[in-house]
Amino acid sequence: MNLTQNDKSANILVVDDELSVRDSLTKWFIEDGYQAGSAADATEALKKLQPGKWDIIFLDIKLPGMDGMELQHRIKSIDPNATIIMITAYASVDTAVKSLKEGAYDYVTKPVDPDYLSHLVANVIKQRRLLSENIQLKEQIQELYEIDQIIGESPAMAKVFDLIRTVAPTDTSVMIKGESGTGKELIARAIHSNSSRRFFPIITVNCGGLTEGLTESEFFGHEKGAFTGAQYRRKGKFEMANGGTIFLDEVGNIDPKSQTDLLRVIEAKQFTRVGGEEIIKVDFRLICATNRDLELAVKEGKFREDLYYRLNVFSISIPPLRERRSDIPLLCHYFLKKLAASINKPATGFSQEAMEQLKAYHWPGNVREMRNAIERAIVVAKASSITVDDLPIPPSSKALPDNQSLEAVEKAHIKDVLAQMGWNITRSAEILGIDRATLYHKIEKYDLRKKT
Amino acid sequence: MILYILPLLFPDDRLLEDVSHAVSDAFKLPVSILRKPFPLDPGYDPVRNQFNSSWILSQLLDRAPEENCKILGVTDVDLYVPVLTFVFGEAQVNGKAAVVSSHRLRDELYGLPKNPKRLKERLEKEAIHELAHTFGLVHCREPECVMHSYTYAEEIDFKNRDFCGTCAVLLEKKVGKSPS
Repeated sequence: MNLTQNDKSANILVVDDELSVRDSLTKWFIEDGYQAGSAADATEALKKLQPGKWDIIFLDIKLPGMDGMELQHRIKSIDPNATIIMITAYASVDTAVKSLKEGAYDYVTKPVDPDYLSHLVANVIKQRRLLSENIQLKEQIQELYEIDQIIGESPAMAKVFDLIRTVAPTDTSVMIKGESGTGKELIARAIHSNSSRRFFPIITVNCGGLTEGLTESEFFGHEKGAFTGAQYRRKGKFEMANGGTIFLDEVGNIDPKSQTDLLRVIEAKQFTRVGGEEIIKVDFRLICATNRDLELAVKEGKFREDLYYRLNVFSISIPPLRERRSDIPLLCHYFLKKLAASINKPATGFSQEAMEQLKAYHWPGNVREMRNAIERAIVVAKASSITVDDLPIPPSSKALPDNQSLEAVEKAHIKDVLAQMGWNITRSAEILGIDRATLYHKIEKYDLRKKT
Repeated sequence: MILYILPLLFPDDRLLEDVSHAVSDAFKLPVSILRKPFPLDPGYDPVRNQFNSSWILSQLLDRAPEENCKILGVTDVDLYVPVLTFVFGEAQVNGKAAVVSSHRLRDELYGLPKNPKRLKERLEKEAIHELAHTFGLVHCREPECVMHSYTYAEEIDFKNRDFCGTCAVLLEKKVGKSPS
């Protein structure tokens, strides 16, 4: 069991040429639960200095050799984050004030009141903790929600980025359209994190996974005993999103009854929990996503028209990966770098053939499929470079072209079969179910050539 | 393991007995009062009109009767360490010696009427606090724990004579490890 009496984990260095001052201060700090060390002069202090080793440095203004002011400069150049507190006698208060201007946190005059010293150190630690928490939180927010996290340099994605930047600062409802795996949730998070609501939560509801009877409870929560199994009062997603953003993924899958409930809460911004009477007011921004053609669903009467217009105030369409092939190498390298580090494998690149295959594949599962394919390739790869054999892409799909016309598909298929058969015309013709003359004719027609 | 108490310019024998009982109860160890005081003059600073507690600690170490013991000096003089204006006491963390003073624990020093009961309670707490340092305990965040550090006499009244749960476990481990 790791027992500690307090959370005073600060390291304190006392630099003073008077042994009695060094001793009494370090002892006092040790009694107080800190880790303390001492140095008699500037040379010893500099020897003991490493970036991040000492949190607080008590520094005598008058030291033999190099004085405290000079040492303060040297310390700041080695460890700019260390908090420096000058120790002074009454006679040198002017110098102490000068040191404050140079960046020291405070100064103490010998002898110091124990209460003052105690509060001073506690305040420094509190301030340092807040500062480091602040930096960490900022980094986390930046890391999680930067638009830069969305990878793409193609004109199609540049348009998406522009739309995100335009709509994010407003409170407008956004509908994100795109095939499965195109990163709709990432776009929703980017909008949220670039809005004034970013310090409040973004709550995701996967509408595709909701069973009809439970959607209402999921949206609005329920009171204890509202239905069988409701043993506790539970907050719904709209209540949880108060102040922030609610992201309804696969919104096209919502059943008709829930569509009516959804419309009501969007209009009134208030609701009651299932089994409850209390009216709960909420303030949220709505972002939804769909991979279905909702306009068609509206025409077919499967999706409420009024709800559709409420949701589709501002629309962002994410192009499928096959329509922004120029982003494929960038995405591949991004995932390789990110995943290789987390899997702890030394994969550093792709062979030329592997990259050609990645670029040629039509990626029906979009970026999600690509991420999974690269993760698998990293796992199975034996060398640092990913080869064609490592890729889990079906061979028949390798060269499926953008142009899906019958002619283009025929050309690609004949090319594939010839390649697989090593340009053995007889075998290839057998597989294709045509005679050799027809095959020769098609080779000529499509200008197919054996790779040398 | 024996705890020794050595009175140094400490005039109140009855109070000394109270402190020795409190210390014995707190550490569950036998306490013996030594009657061989040493002169404190070398530790006196005429400019500050105070006694250097670090010097007293060094003298106490020389007077520890045996290897496996702790020695607590109890005095009524005003104590200081060079860098601080005063201390209620001082101890060697994980060492053998500690010293505690009743000087600044007296209400009359702050213009209040004498209060022997309060003085007794404060001195008992500070004696236990300083001795616990010699067993390796450091200051505790719990305001009511005897290991909480207060710098004003009246604040000492907030805390108990007892150790909080964590400090009690730590102390048990430390005392248990010491051969008796």
